[in-house]
Amino acid sequence: MNFNHDKIERNLGILLILTMLAISAGGLVEIVPLFFIKETVEKVEGVRPYSALELRGRDIYIREGCYTCHSQMIRPFRDEALRYGHYSLAAESKYDHPFQWGSKRTGPDLARVGGKYSNDWHTQHLTAPRSLVPQSVMPNYPWLATTALDYSDIEKRMMALRTTGVPYSKTNAEYERNVKEFGETVAKSLHIPDAEKNLIAQAQLGNYDTNPDNITEMDALVAYLQMLGTLVDFKKYDDDYFVKFR
Amino acid sequence: MATSSVAAAGAAEQYNYDIVRKFTIMTLVWGAIGMFVGVYIASELAFPWLNFDNPYITFGRLRPVHTGAVIFGFGGSALFATSYYVVQRTCQARLFSDGMANFTFWGWQAVIVCMALGNMMGYSQGREYAEMEWPIDLLIEIVWVTYLIVFVATIMKRKQPHIYVANWFYLAFILATALLHTFNNLAVPIDIFSMKSYSLFSGAQDAMTQWWYGHNSVGFFLTAAFLGMMYYFVPKQAGRPVYSYRLSVLHFWAIIFLYMWAGSHHLHWTAIPDWTSTLAATFSIMLLLPSWGGMINGILTLSGAWDKLRTDPVMRFLIVALSFYGMSTFEGPMMSLKDVNALSHYTDWTVGHVHSGALGWVAMITFGSLYHLVPRLWNTQMHSMRLINVHFWLATIGVLLYITAMWISGIMQGLMWRAFDDFGNLQYSFVESVAAAHPFYIMRAVGGAFFLTGMLIMCYNMFRTIRKGNASEAQASISPAVA
Repeated sequence: MNFNHDKIERNLGILLILTMLAISAGGLVEIVPLFFIKETVEKVEGVRPYSALELRGRDIYIREGCYTCHSQMIRPFRDEALRYGHYSLAAESKYDHPFQWGSKRTGPDLARVGGKYSNDWHTQHLTAPRSLVPQSVMPNYPWLATTALDYSDIEKRMMALRTTGVPYSKTNAEYERNVKEFGETVAKSLHIPDAEKNLIAQAQLGNYDTNPDNITEMDALVAYLQMLGTLVDFKKYDDDYFVKFR
Repeated sequence: MATSSVAAAGAAEQYNYDIVRKFTIMTLVWGAIGMFVGVYIASELAFPWLNFDNPYITFGRLRPVHTGAVIFGFGGSALFATSYYVVQRTCQARLFSDGMANFTFWGWQAVIVCMALGNMMGYSQGREYAEMEWPIDLLIEIVWVTYLIVFVATIMKRKQPHIYVANWFYLAFILATALLHTFNNLAVPIDIFSMKSYSLFSGAQDAMTQWWYGHNSVGFFLTAAFLGMMYYFVPKQAGRPVYSYRLSVLHFWAIIFLYMWAGSHHLHWTAIPDWTSTLAATFSIMLLLPSWGGMINGILTLSGAWDKLRTDPVMRFLIVALSFYGMSTFEGPMMSLKDVNALSHYTDWTVGHVHSGALGWVAMITFGSLYHLVPRLWNTQMHSMRLINVHFWLATIGVLLYITAMWISGIMQGLMWRAFDDFGNLQYSFVESVAAAHPFYIMRAVGGAFFLTGMLIMCYNMFRTIRKGNASEAQASISPAVA
């Protein structure tokens, strides 16, 4: 080696700077552009932020560490299409802070579990999985149906997400913008001042935990599971439409 | 190497061994706790009644307790201990600021305790290996910057003009961890008095950031730093110089540059742009070369002293660690090929791969280094060489059982999920693959129990050694003759 490495070994400043340069390159080239390249997240109709109740359900999903055993990312393979449905789009998790794609399927993928089973089934399955699927290794979650849902800070949660860029509306101007983008029904569910009212209404109307008398953590979690993967209507798109975004 | 028990002359400046001793003891404590939790959650997957309908000990909450305790508690404490020891001895200078070093100790232990309790209580950012919520992340940030200052300032005090190769690796690890931790934990708390926060990024960008962090936690926290450990303790234990200086220069720069590109191989076939995936696979394959550069440099350091493998169980730990390192850094690039990944991703194979690295490489090199270190820190001999030997075999058999079980169940899951019958329908329901994995989950838990037993034997051996040793007589005087 003609290049004299000795200089670097004697000079701490140069060693620090060169090390910083070497470890920064990868992230700068691979990650930073993804915030600027528009095709990274495709434009698809139907994708919307979570309603107040679904958001609390998602918080519980994260709290219990469901992502340690369940993925939410269907890959573009024939077997996965048959088992789970259309492969997942980047747009479908564009409001997910954090993403919950997962890395392990000890249990099945949940990206499109919404609507596949009844509310009844989910409540029973979460309470005692082996009563429905004897070979399952999932823990029982009996406390979900008996713990009242804490939604006292729901507005704070939506405000924090608004800060990250999720289009929850605080002002009337923001509400009007949402009406234009998502339609009136969805826009109402994204309005932060009405969050608590909306949450209670959705829980009572949906009756997710099959007990109409109370609003439990089970209501929230099942509401979240039941909307997973249901937002995009794939019948509206040609089969190869999404390929160009990959 | 001085091993005589003559105490150092009073007035001379002494190395700060006290901080090394503290971190060494916590390495053992977190190792035992973290591996116990690991065996427990492995058993939960084999026998789900072990979840006991208790929210605090369900698999989903204990899994981050396990990963946190072994990576940051066991691995982190081992790195603090050895880096503080190595930087002092190779620079022939006392550690900069005892107060700041002590702060890194108590701060880091507080991080691990808060992380474990927080995860059990359900506070989680929902990002793998970065589950700690924002207040803990802030504490980590402060501890880490202090660590960087102590480490850099100690190097600045050095009496040797050259900075020894082990310190390059430790330095790269400290810098990279600071970078990764900072950007992957950008989040908006819902309230200044609430533990809950939401990640600043979303979806695809969030996934890329997380796996840039996740992969390089492996690359720097669990690899570069432990290579630093290897570059000090292997030559020391072998009593021979590092095999090739040029190889160490080459593979250092190659490994720290290449690792950072490889993260998105964790996201093959997902909704990220294809070019990032392809780039990551390409760099992953290139990573094989510098990884094996490190392995070869370590193993060949022993050339001319191969007989030590027969007689010295400590040397055996170090060399077997390097062998597992070589094996997992071959397996890794292979699994990063898109076609292999299509089969292996989401299966137990990934879990097996991680553990061949984490148990085979990280834990084994740590065991070897600690068996070298502890007698010197307490100025005594190891209580029992026979127990080191027993530990070695329990650990080796444990890893082999573990990774074999995961290879079989992982490949089986991958094949079952994609199997079609003669009519073009899926051949197996998902739960059939769960049922098929059952015997291998038991085998994995048994392998883990072997490894844990070895760890407990080490703790006992260390306890007896430390009790008969005498810390105040340790050879801590700074002498140019020994590094």
